[in-house]
Amino acid sequence: MPVELMRESWPGKIFTVTIGATAAEGGTRARTVTVGGHAALPFLPGDAPSPHRPLVAMEVLDAVPPDWPEHLRGPLADVIGAPAEWARRCVDVYGADLICLRLQSPHPDWQDASPDAAAATVRAVLAAVPAPLIIVGCGHADKDNEVWPRVTEAAKGERCLVGVAVPENYKTLVVACLADGHTILAEAPIDVNIQKQLNILITEMGMPPDRIVLHPGNASLGYGLEYEYSIMERIRLAGLQGDKMLAQPMLAIVADEAWKAKEARLPETAMPVWGAAAHRGPAWEAATAAAFLQSGADIVVLLHPESVAAVKRAIADLTAVPAGT
Amino acid sequence: MFVIGERINGMFRSVARAIRERDANAIADLARRQVAGGAHALDINTGPTGEEPAEVMTWLVQTVQEAIDIPLSIDSPKPAVVAAGLRACRGRALINSTTGAQERLDALLPLAQEFGAGLIALTIDERGIPRNAAARAEIALAIVARAMETGLPTDHLYLDPIVLPVNAAQDQCREALAAMPTFRTLCEPPPHIIIGLSNVSQGTANRSLINRTYLAMAQACGCDAAILDPLDKDLMDVLRTAGILLNQEIYCDSYLQSQPA
Repeated sequence: MPVELMRESWPGKIFTVTIGATAAEGGTRARTVTVGGHAALPFLPGDAPSPHRPLVAMEVLDAVPPDWPEHLRGPLADVIGAPAEWARRCVDVYGADLICLRLQSPHPDWQDASPDAAAATVRAVLAAVPAPLIIVGCGHADKDNEVWPRVTEAAKGERCLVGVAVPENYKTLVVACLADGHTILAEAPIDVNIQKQLNILITEMGMPPDRIVLHPGNASLGYGLEYEYSIMERIRLAGLQGDKMLAQPMLAIVADEAWKAKEARLPETAMPVWGAAAHRGPAWEAATAAAFLQSGADIVVLLHPESVAAVKRAIADLTAVPAGT
Repeated sequence: MFVIGERINGMFRSVARAIRERDANAIADLARRQVAGGAHALDINTGPTGEEPAEVMTWLVQTVQEAIDIPLSIDSPKPAVVAAGLRACRGRALINSTTGAQERLDALLPLAQEFGAGLIALTIDERGIPRNAAARAEIALAIVARAMETGLPTDHLYLDPIVLPVNAAQDQCREALAAMPTFRTLCEPPPHIIIGLSNVSQGTANRSLINRTYLAMAQACGCDAAILDPLDKDLMDVLRTAGILLNQEIYCDSYLQSQPA
């Protein structure tokens, strides 16, 4: 018996955001990526086919913490400390759609690296890979505000996605992104009202609403996933209902939180029933990412090559056109 | 809330002058300012004119379309003038308006069908203005039934419960509100519920205050469209705020600074 599927249509549409600029567009990227443009909830092509599939970004750190999990360190051991090499491997070997460069070393409690050093890292990574770049600061507001202008200038015209702007610290980054032609990553901590507020403040400074990507918080499987999931879903629903201040593509930084979970870190000796530790971390990362894809994430940021492969397979399966249609 | 700007109406002296002198800039400016104020569509009414009204309507529609690209509400008591406006209209249109009277439905339902236009329908009929909510609902039902017979999708209907001036028919303000929830139950998809807001304050001393108070009350009763003055900032702020309080838009501290959806 034929089943008639319920179809839903929405008055609003998610903004389309392009990251990266080719030579013709004033940058040096061999390719650009585009996200958003949705007129329906994710993976419901019957409601409205999405023009752009979700993307996998791989995180590259300019400095890793000493207690970085062993199974995360393993496959990357020879490129840790060499961000350009690390980025190149992510693109060439692991097939990352784009690179998310986290500039951790300028943090005063880490290496207190200079803004110039951070800018040099950005230049090196840009030179090493043809893919578009996401650049994330160290999270120390004062230091970020010193680093961001140098970094956006070093990547001028490359249309990077730069973050993260937070309600307490966004003005410097907005000005820097406007001056150097970048898009901004706006973060609110699992709070739809604050996310909307931040977007209004950013657009009031002259940033067009289609040059913002949302980062609605940090969580992982078992550690607040459902809160972030429901906030992302609520943001997407508001956007589809026509709220232009919540109609931006969304990004989820998955790796950081997923690898904090004890399930991802504990050795087999501590918890034998959990199975091989080498696979638990990637599984935790991939499962977290898969959930965020369902709630509307347009970009998931991952670390481990195994979870990248798993999430890329999941995206391919979810966006495949079913036989007979 | 679907906002139809009311300002391009020949009843306003400045608009009548612009029509007389074919001052396209003045009309275009008024159109742009209403859209900037938050209008989703603009009402176009020639007002009383010494000229051929169909010609004036055509000129107004063309002039407004040069300036902005949003739906237009073609407002005239004469079906021939409505038809002229619809023909000139490039995008989506609404017809303002039919009543429940057979003669008007016969003339305007086919036009709505032909042009794929929305149809504003006042709940009055040959017997005149109904005196209570039940009588409004009865006429609304007759209009919905006729629309369904004709094949006009029911969500193309904008039912107007008739708002009367508070200083002339004080008891009717409440009756119009009471009629709104009953309209929504008439069919699926439900019709839109629209009011001509400024009527409520006609001839009163506190027009803007009365308008915005009544608007919030109407929104709470399910009204989802209004013909009003989008240049009245206080009114538009109340409209956004009521939308927030009714959970139609997500709250944040600066919601009034953001562009309306």
